Amino acid sequence: MSDQLKGDKVQTRKIVDFMGHRKAASVVSIILILGSIISFAINGLNYGLDFTGGTLVEVGYSQPEPLKNIRNTITDAGFANAVVVQFGSETDILVRLPQGYGDTLGTDLVAALEQNFAGSITLRRIEFVGPQVGDELKEQGGLAMLMALGLVMLYVAFRFQLKFSFGAVAALAHDVIITLGVFSVFKLDFDLTVLAAVLAVIGYSLNDTIVVSDRIRENFRKIRKADAEAVINISLTETLGRTLVTSLTTLLVLSALFLFGGELIHGFSIALIIGVVVGTYSSIYVAANILLLTGVSKEDLMIPVKEGVEVDDMP
Amino acid sequence: MLNQYPLWKYILILFVTVFGLFFAAANLYAPDPAVQISGESSSGVLDERILKIATQALTVANIEYFGETISQKGSNALIRLKDDDQQLPAQKVIQRAMGDGFVVALNLASTTPDWLSDWGAQPMKLGLDLRGGVHFLLEVDTDVALSKRMETYASGIKRTLREQKIRGFVKLDGDGRIRGKFKSAELRDNASREIRKEYNELQRQDADLDDGFYFYLSMSPAKEKEIIDYSVGQNLTTLRNRVNELGVSEPLVQRQGRNRIVVELPGIQDTAEAKRILGKTANMEFRLEANIAAANSKKEEFQFRDENRAGGATAFLERDVVITGERVSGASAGFDPQTSQPEVNIKLDSEGGTLMHRVTRNNIQRRLGVLFIERKTRTRYETNEAGEEVAIKTPFDEKKIISLATIQSALGVQFRITGLDNPAEASELALLLRAGALAAPMDFVEERTVGPSLGAENIRMGVFSVQIGLALIAVFMVVYYRVFGVVAVVGLGLNLTLLIACMSILSATLTMPGIAGIVLTVGMAVDANVLIFARIREELKNGLMPQQAIHAGFERAFVTITDANLTTLLVAVILYAVGAGPVRGFAITLSLGIITSMFTAIVASRGAINIIYGGRKIEKLAI
Repeated sequence: MSDQLKGDKVQTRKIVDFMGHRKAASVVSIILILGSIISFAINGLNYGLDFTGGTLVEVGYSQPEPLKNIRNTITDAGFANAVVVQFGSETDILVRLPQGYGDTLGTDLVAALEQNFAGSITLRRIEFVGPQVGDELKEQGGLAMLMALGLVMLYVAFRFQLKFSFGAVAALAHDVIITLGVFSVFKLDFDLTVLAAVLAVIGYSLNDTIVVSDRIRENFRKIRKADAEAVINISLTETLGRTLVTSLTTLLVLSALFLFGGELIHGFSIALIIGVVVGTYSSIYVAANILLLTGVSKEDLMIPVKEGVEVDDMP
Repeated sequence: MLNQYPLWKYILILFVTVFGLFFAAANLYAPDPAVQISGESSSGVLDERILKIATQALTVANIEYFGETISQKGSNALIRLKDDDQQLPAQKVIQRAMGDGFVVALNLASTTPDWLSDWGAQPMKLGLDLRGGVHFLLEVDTDVALSKRMETYASGIKRTLREQKIRGFVKLDGDGRIRGKFKSAELRDNASREIRKEYNELQRQDADLDDGFYFYLSMSPAKEKEIIDYSVGQNLTTLRNRVNELGVSEPLVQRQGRNRIVVELPGIQDTAEAKRILGKTANMEFRLEANIAAANSKKEEFQFRDENRAGGATAFLERDVVITGERVSGASAGFDPQTSQPEVNIKLDSEGGTLMHRVTRNNIQRRLGVLFIERKTRTRYETNEAGEEVAIKTPFDEKKIISLATIQSALGVQFRITGLDNPAEASELALLLRAGALAAPMDFVEERTVGPSLGAENIRMGVFSVQIGLALIAVFMVVYYRVFGVVAVVGLGLNLTLLIACMSILSATLTMPGIAGIVLTVGMAVDANVLIFARIREELKNGLMPQQAIHAGFERAFVTITDANLTTLLVAVILYAVGAGPVRGFAITLSLGIITSMFTAIVASRGAINIIYGGRKIEKLAI
């Protein structure tokens, strides 16, 4: 398998002109990012209990009960500003209360509900989070994301080249912002599991970007007579099959999780589903696009990555 | 020859597979719901007769049970139940029959067969969200501990200056610093010198103002950290003791971060009760031994906590309390440097020291007793208007003597209890003294209760979604990659087995986000296979012969897989380092999954492909 043979084959294969659409793709990405940022500014994120602090009580009713009755009962029992919603099913009720109600809140609430309901009520869970814990979590979450991005940038700069790391980090930031944006626009609950999912999106999208970058690096070294745009197009075409299959398998399990995993991890699976879709797109259009903008060329990869070549050819 | 492994590689794969299957197998045996009975004091008190009382109560209440056992030392007994739903009723019934001397807790009894547990194979631990229970996060108010210590310093410094006859005005500032005011710079320097001799850990800042020469003393960061660590550590010990009182099986009491403590109590549903016991102020009282002639109204009889103690089982103490536990700022076991006899060193805060001094200087040669106070509950059963029997719990204080020692001289902020029989007794006493003193107040900053039904539901849904996800991927891979797809699916199964085995060996706790991590791993683990297979297909299109294509596919994809997985692992590690609770569970499964998937995709599935295709002449690949 000589370089010559490979070059010929590549030319006879149909290459998708990904980079030809990069202007349109950039516009789409910029609109999505701006939209997300505007939505943050207006809606903010609908932070869950983990971040805001407060109390949450989940109860199971033996038979469906109108939410209006439950709300009245709760207000009458002296719990002000309670938010009452169904959680997954008609008989599963979630009550969220702001801070500070004391030790016996959960039992009191269940007792109050039971008095005004003919059937039986079971207490499913109570969560109380102090306000300082929530603030710290927000800080930690933000810190984790920045750290993840920073370390990824370092790793990619070290393993590939600095220009690749701009592309990779831009793609990751793009995915995180848009995933958060969707949560903001649709006012979905942003809790700790969603934060974990967003960080997992970073991992996943990175996976994709690295695979594509790897091929771009390989092709830059291999294909002699082609400009950067052509090399990137060839690389993206070659990896397209893998990109789509992996996204598909991941989406398959995530849908299983979304449909059958229960209400508690709905947010988690939604965040990952959005992230995987956006991440697949971004590894093609954002990472490669930025890479092209940085003016990457053969020379960037030839000199510093000598040992990379050796690794490649290792038996 | 292409695509053939040396024999040792096949043996390695076989070994890892068997190893994985073995350690994962323990998870196939679901634990039985059970009720655990233990005596309130830890000595062995349970026997067949007592167990009989419990089982009879269950029979009367029509609750099915089996396999009741008593632990070897007789400290606790386990009764297995047929039905999950009967755990709570069974607990109630048994508690009723056994009375207050016993703690009855919900438990899960392992059903791991001996051939597994003999080799150390145990099922994964389930998190609270999967088995039900209470999670608390407590915050230790370390500011109180720090300001208490500064108070001690301030009074110590005042005393030092008085003794050295250095005139000056020393007081505790509002901002937690000690301020000293002197007439001249020379006086201030003298004072500083004396202070440094005794309190090297204080940092000094001088200021010359119109009305005098000032210094400001504050604690060094290292000392501050030491005090915080000490007070958190002390609270941990106290909490552990109290949790034991709750009689929970497998409780978790752990420090988290600078000044937080996590308490997890599986199986507990009554949070109010748990909070009352955890949050109560344990205490101690120092009281003088009563004169024999003292009137009954002035003395009280107490038992010794250690019943085997020589010198009588009870002693009379005065009703007047010298100091209480909160005045104790530290207690540690050690040895008398002169006699090398075991002793306990006790430190009091300044006010405690003053009170102690005032009382002891006039009572030398009398004995001083230390009373350890534990809050316990007595349960009564009453029938309410609806005809239901309800348990009414009344808390009461149980006071027992832990030390009764003769006062040899006037005691101050620091004194020793000597004449202890052995080092073990000394450390036990120091532990009790620390437990009786609450280093710093604690607040509940987080609380999560998960009902047992929700836990069971979470497990069911989690397992189901893993199964569905796996099935969907299996179908897709086999259709899309044919023989290679079958290999990938087998590899995926092995990956899942290894992941579960690793988690079992590390005794990692499985939580709902952990299950989500497993599902995600399953989805992403095939990525490595997909990369390899896509590469092989490409190489075939490029005109390589099948054997060469397989070889090139695996070799070339290797670099990509390593890069991609290492970066993802990087993110998972950050997630673990920064995140808490649920995020950590997810990070652990994700990282383990990445590692095992690299083994299965690169080594194991290669082995399978080699067995199927290696070393033969092949015209066509089923890919």
